[in-house]
Amino acid sequence: MTETRKGLGSTTVPKLSVKEHAAPGESPTVITVNKLDVHYGTFCAVRGVSMKIKENRVTAFIGPSGCGKSTVLRCFNRMNVLIPGARVTGEINFFGQDLYAAEVDPTEMRSRVGMVFQKPNPFPKSIYDNVAFGLKVNGYTGNYPDAVERSLKRAALWGEVKDRLKENALQLSGGQQQRLCIARALAPEPEVLLMDEPASALDPISTLAIEQLINDLCTDVSIIIVTHNMQQAARVSHETAFFMVDDDRAGYLVEFDDTSNIFTNPNDERTEAYITGRFS
Amino acid sequence: MLRSEFHADLQKLQDDLLNLGSMVEKATIKAIDALKTRDLPLSRQVIEEDDVIDDIRYEIEARCEDLIAKQQPLATDLRLIIAIMHIVGELERMGDYAEGVAKISLAMGDEAPLKPLIDIPRMAQKASLMTRQSLDALVERDVDLAITVAESDDEVDALYDQIFRELVTFMIEDPRTIQRATYLLWVAHDLERIADRATNIAERVVYLVTGELSKLKEIFP
Repeated sequence: MTETRKGLGSTTVPKLSVKEHAAPGESPTVITVNKLDVHYGTFCAVRGVSMKIKENRVTAFIGPSGCGKSTVLRCFNRMNVLIPGARVTGEINFFGQDLYAAEVDPTEMRSRVGMVFQKPNPFPKSIYDNVAFGLKVNGYTGNYPDAVERSLKRAALWGEVKDRLKENALQLSGGQQQRLCIARALAPEPEVLLMDEPASALDPISTLAIEQLINDLCTDVSIIIVTHNMQQAARVSHETAFFMVDDDRAGYLVEFDDTSNIFTNPNDERTEAYITGRFS
Repeated sequence: MLRSEFHADLQKLQDDLLNLGSMVEKATIKAIDALKTRDLPLSRQVIEEDDVIDDIRYEIEARCEDLIAKQQPLATDLRLIIAIMHIVGELERMGDYAEGVAKISLAMGDEAPLKPLIDIPRMAQKASLMTRQSLDALVERDVDLAITVAESDDEVDALYDQIFRELVTFMIEDPRTIQRATYLLWVAHDLERIADRATNIAERVVYLVTGELSKLKEIFP
């Protein structure tokens, strides 16, 4: 079964009925990864990753630097193909559809799989235009002011900016800028939000605001967050994937489980060693 | 504090817990010896020393709290700290039971026990052994030994029931023995509770090793 989303022009990625994916008592799968390898030229950055990302859950990727967690994340909206020499093999299915199929329009797909980066990166435009931009790119034909307001409210920023929408976004604080970027990513109403260390450049109060936002958003957006802060992964996520790097510097998935299992009683001793700081 | 110091601190915490366990074990044996030999100064000593046990309990708890706040322990480290916080409370209460036995001994004064003490010292030996084995199981992360401790609790319970029946018989036969019989019943009850708390420690050991917290007696009836 497919459905076309309204107000976003043509949709090339068919959305399958979630019921077809959900086992009884389990969350439906939104992204299925099977034997994913990523190469940059001859260098293998990620090897043999298979996992299922569940819908409307927060999934955290943790692991040491260079373990490929950001690389895997960027595969989920085809950001890696923008890097010269990058090659992605294996399967990544988004609601059952091959994300790397030739007929998939990357721009439209990225409106359904939004991304937020480590450093807030608003455009040097007004607060309003920053949020409206994501809609324009996707040919949105609906009511712009309403959509901008809705996105800013979802990003918990509306109350702070509603009287200054025409001001330059760069005048906002770091934490506000990051929430603006989240609002921009939310504007096309994505099903998935990828967050690459979204709070690591922020102060503790702004960090907590982002974590609260993640918690609020996951009722209708599936969120995947890369973080170096294990306490943050433990606080915000439902599932956690632990990645490591092998002797050839290729990243691989060690363990993927409920967050509470990972942080209290992991199955794999490498996970145990990493999260207890006994990692050499 | 650096992470390397954290793991050294965790080890020290466990060592100090074992020392506390040893103090509690000695207090139990000492309290029963004092009761048996009517050594009232020794009973007073057990009561005084319980203050030290109490102080160490709160000191260990404070150190656990400090490590949680500063190191955000996870996985085995987290379970060890949680286990230590519970076990230290169990040990402190065991110390209170030993103190309780010492107080009963003082209450009996110069009066001889109702009957020669045979089963009560046996109970005390078993309860002390369970305490030691539960802590050995902690050190060795030995689930089998923890289960042995839980099984031993049945023997202590059986001894308690036997003593209970015997003392009730005394009381029925001669109401003038009620006060002295009650003293011994309290002692037996204190020892039975010490064994129960050793079983609680054994349950925490299983939790530490497996991550599962269950009543051992329900799993291994």
